[in-house]
Amino acid sequence: MPDGLHLTLQQQTPIPLEARLHCAPGEVLALVGPSGSGKTTLLRSIAGLHPHGQGRIECHGVVWYDSASRLCLPTQQRRVGMVFQQFALFPHLSALDNVAAAMLDLPAGERRQHAQRWLARMHLQGLENRLPRQLSGGQQQRVAVARALAREPQILLLDEPFSAVDRATREALYYELAELREELRMPVILVTHDLDEATLLADRMCMLDHGRILQTATPDELLRAPASAAVARMLGMRNLFAGTLLGHESNCSVLRWQGQTLRIARQLHMAPGEDVMWAVPGTGVMLLSSHGTSLQPLENQVSVQVTRILALGEQLRVMLQCGSDTLTMSVPRHVAQRHALSEGQPLQVRLRGELIHVMPAAHTQG
Amino acid sequence: MDWTALLLSLELSLWTMLILLPIGIWSGRRLAWTPVRGKSLLEALVALPLVLPPTVLGFYLLVAMGAGSPFGRAWESLFGQQLTFSFAGLLIASVIFNLPFAIQPMQRAFEAIAPEVREAGRCCGMSPWQILLRIELPLAWPGILSALVLTFAHTLGEFGVVLMVGGSIPGETRTIAVSIYDRVQAFDNQSAGLMSAVLLGISLAAISLSYLATARLQKSQPHA
Repeated sequence: MPDGLHLTLQQQTPIPLEARLHCAPGEVLALVGPSGSGKTTLLRSIAGLHPHGQGRIECHGVVWYDSASRLCLPTQQRRVGMVFQQFALFPHLSALDNVAAAMLDLPAGERRQHAQRWLARMHLQGLENRLPRQLSGGQQQRVAVARALAREPQILLLDEPFSAVDRATREALYYELAELREELRMPVILVTHDLDEATLLADRMCMLDHGRILQTATPDELLRAPASAAVARMLGMRNLFAGTLLGHESNCSVLRWQGQTLRIARQLHMAPGEDVMWAVPGTGVMLLSSHGTSLQPLENQVSVQVTRILALGEQLRVMLQCGSDTLTMSVPRHVAQRHALSEGQPLQVRLRGELIHVMPAAHTQG
Repeated sequence: MDWTALLLSLELSLWTMLILLPIGIWSGRRLAWTPVRGKSLLEALVALPLVLPPTVLGFYLLVAMGAGSPFGRAWESLFGQQLTFSFAGLLIASVIFNLPFAIQPMQRAFEAIAPEVREAGRCCGMSPWQILLRIELPLAWPGILSALVLTFAHTLGEFGVVLMVGGSIPGETRTIAVSIYDRVQAFDNQSAGLMSAVLLGISLAAISLSYLATARLQKSQPHA
């Protein structure tokens, strides 16, 4: 029996959508993308709150939607637990009644007992009789989570659940969700536009843009090897440049960029002579010390000029001009002081070829 | 003091209110949430009795319900009684000229409910009826209450349409407003004054009650 959520959806209107995804029980899958990318539409489609196009949605072997056989279960029959962006608590009901409202199929007494237990589990003892407006943002969010889980759903859907609370509350709630997910044996789908939030909470991230899934992978995989320049941009990678793959050697591939030749880890999936995009994380650009340390096989010496230095706490972000491109490097403050870095200064840096990732050039993508 | 007219007016107001309660809830919800084609035109039609002179509205209703109209004939063949100058005809007219008073406040009240709150109801597994009874009506209640009071008070005081459609048949169509007019015509200012004072008292009491109840409800509910 297929486990977890399986979804295939395609539609042109009102919002173009082309998605295929799977979320296993106990897994947290983050739908990440800018606003208008279709992530909330996708989430609402799973809940049955959005009219579907072509496709199929199946959860724990039960078909919720199938355009081929014209089957569409109403939201009420889908057993979803949903936490809305603004929580959408019932404003006229107490915290306890809000949670109890998700269990109307149980007798009233039992309902209240269960609701009480859920509130206690979300650390809300003593607040049972408060109305939503008498609760803080974080408390409201916890009531919303309790209400979503009280129904014993088969899937938990979180629509930007942390965007309506302040930073400190958010951090606390991250831990609670991380704790909770250990116990939950259901797929959890989290919609967010916050990359840090997604990398912190999700097992896998699904990168969406204009209604299309660009890549689904673990946060580590994504940061190490984004599938395209678009994904790299969405991940906030600053060092993303165009180059040409010259060819492959026995232990490396060779890349030409701004008139320089870079030796990088072998990237056999790209053909020699191909125009490519390449990316390197900030940690892949290092200062070359003046007393000439010998370069490792995959290290490349590059001449640059410092154009700007931005102080971000203990770290400095240093912009380096190389031809018409600008490299960004992160340097601890004390290292920058030791090297007496200043704007306009010519500099030698090392590019770590083993951290360079090569992607198809933008125009070759569909 | 024309007690028959007062009772008739109260009866007419109550029935109008009761009939308009489900109609107002249904149309108010639809106008608030469902994308209806030609919504502006529909809203304008609902609001029309607010701006139309009562005699004009009364004239059209008289023509539409008269023995010469298909509706009037169908009514007569079904119930063996003509619709104009009867209590039933008066009630139909009253329901129509009160449409804006019932629908508009209810529409505003339903519009004030966030769509996510209703969606949350669906995600909680509630049926459409459970959402209506447990979420929508308790939240829209202040609006519904003021719609009912407005309808009640407005029916009690309506004069033009009543006179055009119902005339002034004692016990059948002579409402207290018409009776006051008759008394003034007969130079019986004392009765007219007494009845006016009673009408003023009832209307003031109804409106005050509605404001009081709305204020109380709003105190216990954050929205609206």
